[in-house]
Amino acid sequence: MITITHYMVLSAILFSMGTIGVLTRKNAIVVFMCVELMLNAVNLTFIALSSHLGNMDGQIFVFFIMTVAAAEAAVGLALMIAFFRNRESIDVEEFSLLKW
Amino acid sequence: MENLVQIAIPNINLASVMPSVVLACCAMVLLLVNAFSKRGATAHVAGLSLLALLATGVVAVGGWNQTQPGFSGHVVLDNFSIFFTVVFLIAAALTILMSDSYLKREGYPVGEYYTLLLFSTVGAMLMASGTDLMTIFLGLEVLSVSLYVLAGFFRGQRQSNEAGLKYFLLGAFSTGFLLYGMALIYGVTGTTNLVDISQFFQAFPSALTNPVAVAGMLLMGTGFLFKIAIAPFHMWTPDVYQGSPTPITAFMSAGPKAAAFAAFMRVFMVSLVGMQGTWTSLLWILAVLTMIAGNFIALNQTNLKRMLAYSSIAHAGYALVGMVAANEIGTAGVLYYMLAYAFMNIGAFAVLVLIGKQGEENLTLQGVAGFGYKRPLLGVLLSICLFSLMGIPPSAGFSGKFYIFAGALNAGYVWLAVLGVLNSAVSLYYYLRVMVFMYFKNPEEDFSWIQLKPGATICIVLSVIAVLYMGLLPSGIMSLARQAILG
Repeated sequence: MITITHYMVLSAILFSMGTIGVLTRKNAIVVFMCVELMLNAVNLTFIALSSHLGNMDGQIFVFFIMTVAAAEAAVGLALMIAFFRNRESIDVEEFSLLKW
Repeated sequence: MENLVQIAIPNINLASVMPSVVLACCAMVLLLVNAFSKRGATAHVAGLSLLALLATGVVAVGGWNQTQPGFSGHVVLDNFSIFFTVVFLIAAALTILMSDSYLKREGYPVGEYYTLLLFSTVGAMLMASGTDLMTIFLGLEVLSVSLYVLAGFFRGQRQSNEAGLKYFLLGAFSTGFLLYGMALIYGVTGTTNLVDISQFFQAFPSALTNPVAVAGMLLMGTGFLFKIAIAPFHMWTPDVYQGSPTPITAFMSAGPKAAAFAAFMRVFMVSLVGMQGTWTSLLWILAVLTMIAGNFIALNQTNLKRMLAYSSIAHAGYALVGMVAANEIGTAGVLYYMLAYAFMNIGAFAVLVLIGKQGEENLTLQGVAGFGYKRPLLGVLLSICLFSLMGIPPSAGFSGKFYIFAGALNAGYVWLAVLGVLNSAVSLYYYLRVMVFMYFKNPEEDFSWIQLKPGATICIVLSVIAVLYMGLLPSGIMSLARQAILG
């Protein structure tokens, strides 16, 4: 029997994997994929809770998150292309012009 | 016929979102105007955006003292959101005023810039008037996505690319935390409405110590603190502020920061008021940490944009002191401080925009040597803004800090107020150093490239007048801020 706890633990694991990926990965696209993993972990949490509570608010929230994530992806990839055109790389280690 | 489903038409009440609707429609019309204009001609777009902001301001202020909830409790137009709306509109208007000549100088005279600025203002307004976690999230994203583009607006400049991408990655990262926090709070309470959440916690106080609820509060707090740039989540701020186009830096430090504060205050003081003991002690530590980190790292900066970025971190720390106090004068002080900070910071940035040459390599301490002698009037105006940032009377910065620290003292946080005042004293050093270079160093340049265009001049003069007015006669605006808190 799969209970709400299983879903919550699974999404917590996914969220942590995303967080660790953002903090350790070097390629900006992989970093962005890890952010998407975090958002999808949140989506899973919302849907599981929504079905558990018998309340639609969580599922509606997921639609908003998906829409916003798509808009973010469009803007983010455009920024990455602009960055790549000037540097020939999207390695986050290249973020070196601005430092203290 | 019995099978017909009854669908209740929700109570929409368009008055509750009227200011955002007006501004969003104007921004979309401006996109069209822009599409049919000649490439490179942007002055009329700037003028129309200012008119749009003015119209929005009139609609918003017209709703003062009439609380208008709408969309089944998802948004409300009350005094609190109107006060913040006015702050955002002022920040956007001042930014637009200084932008036109700047964009021409940097070689990007593009009208979309103004439209994006208006859209991000719409997002900020939605955030301040959202009474549901969903609306707050949507407002935050409308605000952030437009700002990601604006931060990386100079496509050909490496610094701007880097600022935009960094802001985007860290912004999206922090949104993840915010959303996970919202999901956990939803899981405990079964609702995303701020008032319903607080009612749930009142009815079931044992849920307040539920680890899931506490984790949700912490994650949501992390998301907001990232946006406000509170230490230890401030690392992105200096890089993004330095690399972005200067007027956008000015806007980011005033508008979006105030928007995040508005949503943070609404969520934590309405929904999570039951956990106040926990979050107050956390914010106490973070406020002190933020003031220290901002002020002490600012001490050894030579780039002026970067120095102002660290100073903006420190100012967020002062504002957080008012939130820790959480009494009437402290909270109203935060609102007052946000308005004061918009004027003094944007005023200072507007002078820097004028000083900069193309590419802004000369915006360093050495670059302003002798500026006060060569351009005495601009020197005085910049000095007034800097005095206000220090918190020297009679300026808006002084009265703002006075209210915030008075709130902290009233609430019994004596040490917090003492540390805040000591930090203000530290900040004297790096602001005064700019003035030392302006007035006591021999000029290396003659600053003859500075041309006083009407837009930038109006922006600087208006900011300085407002700074002095709020410093000399603070009680009028303070009483509005009180009504915003209580109304």
